[in-house]
Amino acid sequence: MAGKTAERRNRGALVSRLVQAGFLVGLIAIWYLAATRWGVNRLLLPNPIAVYDNLLDILRSGEFIDDLKTTLGELAVAFAISVTGGVTLGYLISRSPYWIEVFEPLLAAIYSIPIILFLPLFVLFFGLGPASKIALGASISFFPIVINTIAGFGHVDRLFVTTARSMGASDYHLFRYVLLPAALPVILTGLRMGFTTALLSIIGSETLASLAGLGHRIVHLAEAMEMARMFAYIVFVIAIAVTLNAIVSTFEARGKRN
Amino acid sequence: MATAEAAIKVRGVFHQFGEEDDRRFVRALADTSLDVERGELLCLIGPSGCGKSTLLNIIGGLMEPSSGTTEVLGKPVRGPLPRDIAFVFQENSLFPWNTVIENIELGLTFQGVAKSEREARAAAALEAVGLKEFAQHYPAQLSGGMRQRAALARALSLETPILLMDEPFGALDEQTRMILGEDLSELLARSRKTIVFVTHSLGEAVFLADRVAVFSARPGSIKQIIVVDEAHPRKPEFVTSAKFTSLRNQLYGLLHDEIRKAVQQSAAADAVKAGTGPA
Repeated sequence: MAGKTAERRNRGALVSRLVQAGFLVGLIAIWYLAATRWGVNRLLLPNPIAVYDNLLDILRSGEFIDDLKTTLGELAVAFAISVTGGVTLGYLISRSPYWIEVFEPLLAAIYSIPIILFLPLFVLFFGLGPASKIALGASISFFPIVINTIAGFGHVDRLFVTTARSMGASDYHLFRYVLLPAALPVILTGLRMGFTTALLSIIGSETLASLAGLGHRIVHLAEAMEMARMFAYIVFVIAIAVTLNAIVSTFEARGKRN
Repeated sequence: MATAEAAIKVRGVFHQFGEEDDRRFVRALADTSLDVERGELLCLIGPSGCGKSTLLNIIGGLMEPSSGTTEVLGKPVRGPLPRDIAFVFQENSLFPWNTVIENIELGLTFQGVAKSEREARAAAALEAVGLKEFAQHYPAQLSGGMRQRAALARALSLETPILLMDEPFGALDEQTRMILGEDLSELLARSRKTIVFVTHSLGEAVFLADRVAVFSARPGSIKQIIVVDEAHPRKPEFVTSAKFTSLRNQLYGLLHDEIRKAVQQSAAADAVKAGTGPA
């Protein structure tokens, strides 16, 4: 019986996948028709086939490598900073109910501010290079990480702590075997959210004020009216983003499995 | 040999939550004294909020009394005594991220037991409660009764002379509770541990206990102690005997007035929105 339900669930998932694929194919078909038959200006909407050719050329020539390195480098540094800062600070705050009461609403309030508004300030402080992107990405992704770390460590069931203490758990035991596993699923969600926001804000800020990076390249091509190539880069960035998010989600799922 | 000293000695324990003029101020225990003999099973029974669980936590060193002293095996209690005392809590005290066997081994890890011995002791404890086949299951995959068996196995594996059980079957249905009670009586007859068992159930108290301590309404203190003179392990037939019925009725009589008082207290507390008292 279990086998049959699993089979039905698989078939349901397969149908969903087909519908999703069909939707994307339909979208590209409309794009193609709009560019070739319906007379939409080629400067606004290039032919998808031209975009595809450009994409192949970009990949073959390897001209994307420098921009990709810049963007991923910024992302890696920004994420490392926000993870280190967010998890450490979140853990420390979570140690005291009083600090949780003070900081949790405060951080949540700041999180709701669009920090991207401070980009001009970051550029003034850190210049047009990678440093301002790193600062922005780290500040934006810090908040979901610190908030989830506080939520994870701060709301561990008291009974688990009491149980562990009654069995003689030391402070280290308590952290390693109780607090950490109890908090991990919530923290991992925070890390994934932080990663996604870091990626978005870094590429976004590259399109606004920058010297290099994938976002910079896309705006540069738009200004040069090379629309087909710009679209090809957009497709490329989407592919990178989807891949990175898939990797991060896999890590998250693996960490949560227990 | 001289008469064995009591395993647990409680002397003049008072306990209160909050400060005198606080809205949440609750006098939980007032002048409670109690001896628990080695190898006996003592049930604490009383109305909700009478401080039975508080007393258990004080004996186990999880709470410090406002005043009074507690001694366990001749030592004053100043904190948890993991080598002497193991707890079984009401429910969901198993760590959900560990399998059943991992849960049991973890307690032994905390006590610094070597890995090979951990495995052997955990397996033996699981076997004793009849959960051998479920070692690799996660708590969420077990029924409530099985989870409590696993929690009991964890407590047994610690091999402490004393077991403190805080309404361990409180969240289970009547049938599961009966079976677990029978199995517990069987297990305990073999282990000869000293046990303090908090319960709401009159039948459970009479079925399991060597002595039943009846609490008064808040602030709780022990109103009377009833002796259940029946050898362990107790058979299901005991439940239908005249002796069982008369003891149960005697308990009911003692408790009835206290429960009325407790109900009035909590109604009054609700009226002034006194906040949450102790369980």
